[in-house]
Formats: sequence, C-alpha cells, structure tokens
Amino acid sequence: MISRWLLRAFGFGYVGFLVGIPVVAVVWRALAPGFSSAWHSVDTPAGIHALELTLESAAIAVVLNTLFGVGVALILARHRFPGASVVEMLVDLPLSLSPVVVGLALTLFYSSRQGWIGGWLTARGIEVIFAFPGIVLASAFVSLPYVVREVLPVLQELGTDSERAAETLGAGPFTVFFRITLPAIRWGLAYGVLLTTARILGEFGAMSVVSGNIVGQTQTFTQFVSAYFTNYDPAGAYAGALVLGLISMFILAALSVTRSRGERFS
Amino acid sequence: MSIEVTSLAKSFGSSVAVEDVSFEVPAGSLMALLGPSGGGKSTVLRMIAGLEVPDAGTVRIDGEDVTRLPARSRGIGFCFQHYAPFRHMTAWENVAFGLKIRHRPKAEIAARVAELLELVRLSGFADRYPSQLSGGQRQRMALARALAVEPRVLLLDEPFGALDAQVRKELRTWLRELHEKVAVTTVLVTHDQEEAMEVADQIAVIREGRLEQVGTPAECYDHPASEFVLTFLGPATRINGAWVRPHDLALSLEDRPGARRGTVERIVRLGFETRVEVVLDDGTDTWVQLAGRALDELALSLGARVYVSMEHARDFSAVASSPTV
Repeated sequence: MISRWLLRAFGFGYVGFLVGIPVVAVVWRALAPGFSSAWHSVDTPAGIHALELTLESAAIAVVLNTLFGVGVALILARHRFPGASVVEMLVDLPLSLSPVVVGLALTLFYSSRQGWIGGWLTARGIEVIFAFPGIVLASAFVSLPYVVREVLPVLQELGTDSERAAETLGAGPFTVFFRITLPAIRWGLAYGVLLTTARILGEFGAMSVVSGNIVGQTQTFTQFVSAYFTNYDPAGAYAGALVLGLISMFILAALSVTRSRGERFS
Repeated sequence: MSIEVTSLAKSFGSSVAVEDVSFEVPAGSLMALLGPSGGGKSTVLRMIAGLEVPDAGTVRIDGEDVTRLPARSRGIGFCFQHYAPFRHMTAWENVAFGLKIRHRPKAEIAARVAELLELVRLSGFADRYPSQLSGGQRQRMALARALAVEPRVLLLDEPFGALDAQVRKELRTWLRELHEKVAVTTVLVTHDQEEAMEVADQIAVIREGRLEQVGTPAECYDHPASEFVLTFLGPATRINGAWVRPHDLALSLEDRPGARRGTVERIVRLGFETRVEVVLDDGTDTWVQLAGRALDELALSLGARVYVSMEHARDFSAVASSPTV
C-alpha cells in the first residue's frame, strides 16, 4: 500500500519537476503583466510574420509527410524487398540525429554557393537555404518518422485479409484504399499527423542553420521567441512561449481524444 | 455455375505449393478440398479466387477462362479463416459493402441486407461492430457479405477452423442447410475429414500439392485411391499383412476360424466408441474400434487374452501397395 503511494509520488514528482512546474512558471510569467500586454509583445509585424511563416511551412511539411509517410508505411508493411531495412533505418534517422546536423546536411546539399545541387538550382532561380523551401525541407526532415512509425504497426496488425476480401467483393485499388485501408489506419494516422505538427512547430536547431533568421522574412516563430530572450526582453520571450504552449496544449488535447477514439475499434 | 481447374501449378520461391491439380466442380454442388495443413489446398482455392496467380494451368468459371482476371471481376464470394471483417463497419455495413460499391439503389440494398442477415440469423445484430460479435457470428456475417453480391461461386477457406468444436459442428450442419437453400457452387477448404464428409457432395484429397483422389465421400472412404487417402479419411490398422478399418474387426474371447490371438494392452474410452489396442502374439500392434456397450459385454481388462477376427473386414492392401508419393 505504502509502496504504491511512494511509486505514484515518485512518478508525479519526476514529471512535475521536469515538465509540469517549469511550464506552469512560463505561463505564469507570461501572464504576469496581463494578457493584453503579453499579446502585444507577440502582435508585432515581426511576430505575426514569424508565426505565419512557421504555420505555413508546417502545413506544407505535414501534408508532405502524411502523403509520403502513408506511402512508405504501405510499402514497408506490404512488400518484402532488398533494402527495406535501409529505408526503415533512414526513416528513423531524424529521431537520433541532432537537428543542427540536419540543418548542416541540408545546407551542404542545397546551399547556392557550396551545395552539391544548390548551384544548379540557383541558376534556375530557386533558392533553398535561407529561404522558405529550406524551412519546409528542414521541417519535413525532422518530423519524417512520426507518421510512418504510427501507421506501420497498425498496417502490420491489420494484415491484408480485409483488403483481399474487399477485392473479392468487386472493389478496385482506389476503393480498397479509401474504404478499407484508410479508415482502418485513420486513428494511427491522426496521431502521427498531430505528433508531426507538434514536432515541426517546436523545431529550433535545424531552423537556426537553414532559415537565415532574417526578421520579417525568414525568422521562424521559435527564433522570434529566442530573439526576445537574447535581447534581454524575457517578458516578450515568455509571451511568445505562451503562444507556442497554447498550440501544444491544443494538440495534446487532440492527441488524447484521438487515442481514446482509436482504442474503441482495436 | 461450374468450376473447372486444369493442371494448376504454383511455387513460392523454391518450394512447390501446388503441382498439376485438375478437377471439376459441377454447378450447384459443394466440393471440399481436404488435406493436411500446408498441403496446398488453400493455394488452390486462392488461385480459383484470383488472389494468387498460377504459374501454369487454367481456371474456368461457368466455362469462361478467368485465369488472368483479377479477383474483383470473377464474380466470386470468398470467406477467410479469420473472417477478415471490416472492423470499422457494423455488421449491416459489412454486408452492404459489395452492393454499395456497385451503387445499387438504397432501397434495394436495405432489402437485400435485411434478407441476408435473416438468412445467417444475425437480424438482431445489424448495428454491432465485428469486435462485438462472437467468432461464429463473425463468420456468418462474412458469409452474408460474400453472398450479398450474388457470386457465381462461393469459396470458403477453412471457414470454421478458428472456432471451438461445438460451434464448428453447429455451423457445419447450418452450412449444409444454407447450401441447399442458396444452391451456389461452393468450394470449401478443410483439414477436418469429418467436416468434409458431412458437408460435401464431393471431396478432393490434396497432399503435398498433388491431388490424391476426387470422389464422393463414400467413394473416397470405401475405395481409397491410396494409402494416404485410406488413413486420412478414417481410422485404419494392419493385421495379417492386410489394411483394414478397425471398426470392421471383431473381438472375442473364444477362438474363431482365421482369428489371431493377442493381449489387450490399452483401452481408451471416447464416449460412444472404445478403442482397444492389442499386441498380437506375432508381435504386431493393431487396434479394434468397438461401439456402444460391446466392451461391457466382453468384460475386457488389461492383459486379457483375446481373438481378433477379420472375417467381415475389407482388405485395402491392394490400395496400400499402389504407388503413392
């Protein structure tokens, strides 16, 4: 009985001190001067632009990783082919690779001056590094594993029998995918998409290498928050952090709804 | 609609799954593909369905060559061993699926689904999800789903294999009744010889990818084409160098002309039947199947000296010596 209470106290204590209390502290500090004053530090042309940039690049990267993530998961789950384990390893790589390395790798490949194909792209008027495409690429890179990792086990558990059954009932490949496969993986997919979104919105390391951090142009929202902090304006930093925190909380709520929905059918 | 398969062959990598299998299922009849697990019978069924592509041979349904046709265009109904339910759909939606994707009018779908749920005795379960149904109910739902599109042929892959013995027996009888009502040409894969004998008009015995025999259950049982069919379809034992059915042997305490003497080694009671294992004096093992109270009348005990006579037994040795794989 006592040991159970101790165990709980330990669990709550660890998570509380590590995550809970510091986050509450940020919210507290951000709202200390009042909500409207906090909002005003974010509601500047630079702040709004940074927020828009982050949301737009996130939207594109999420769509890309959703489409390709489902495709890759389908290929890995349904086909045995040489090199499958290499593909799986590459999919997992962003989880273990420091985002700074991601940024440097992208720069090395796409930069207009020393990039392997950057020069070729620049000659055709396409700038990647220090521009919007680079931000999208970095976002997609760091968040690649989440959709694949959420969808793959669901597909493996589902097997192919229900898809074959639909086929024998007269369904073509598109009908099978949209009526059978997609509904079966929808909660796993939703979970993966939410994790992907959360990961992209909070990305800082890769952005600090590829975005260029030009205020009002290529500064992402995390960089905007960070700039407040390095400019000795912690109140502004806390306010910005609050906005990111609110978005996370929204995603978190969506995640827990998704999880409970998903359990109903399994 | 009849089914005709000719010289079907299929290998997976270096292992041969099916080799030169040919048979015909007459329109409206029920054929069981019977054999041990891993013997290739499911592969034959999946090739009829179009879920596997044969390396060689042809499949004809109602005279039409469908060998190169995808599964969705063959006009078949298929049931999987593990039911393959659409888990995100209710029983009603599962059964309606084939009709919905054919864009049939709503009223027609509703009427047809209601009729089918009635046929498989699931009328009260229309709004249940598969996870809320028992194994037997899920398989009946899968059958209704397959029948909804009015298939030319019905293909069942070990449909009762994952169910417990009692439910199996019930569904077996029910399937036979259903087949008489619906009269759609049916092929059933099973490794259970009792199931095949009870349900099927004809049995095709398949072992190691090859066809051993095709015939009615009685033909296969009474005139097995090989030692394998003899032993797979029912009990068989050797005595005096002859292959006999142990229920054809007689056991007595007195000597009879031609009877062999031996000692009772083991008695196994299986409810309605009793298995008496006897070591003959020449050292060979055999066993006798006794029905009902025959054992009590003999008052046998372990170590008893008995006479085994085969005067009413049919000798299958001719079969046994015929070459089999």
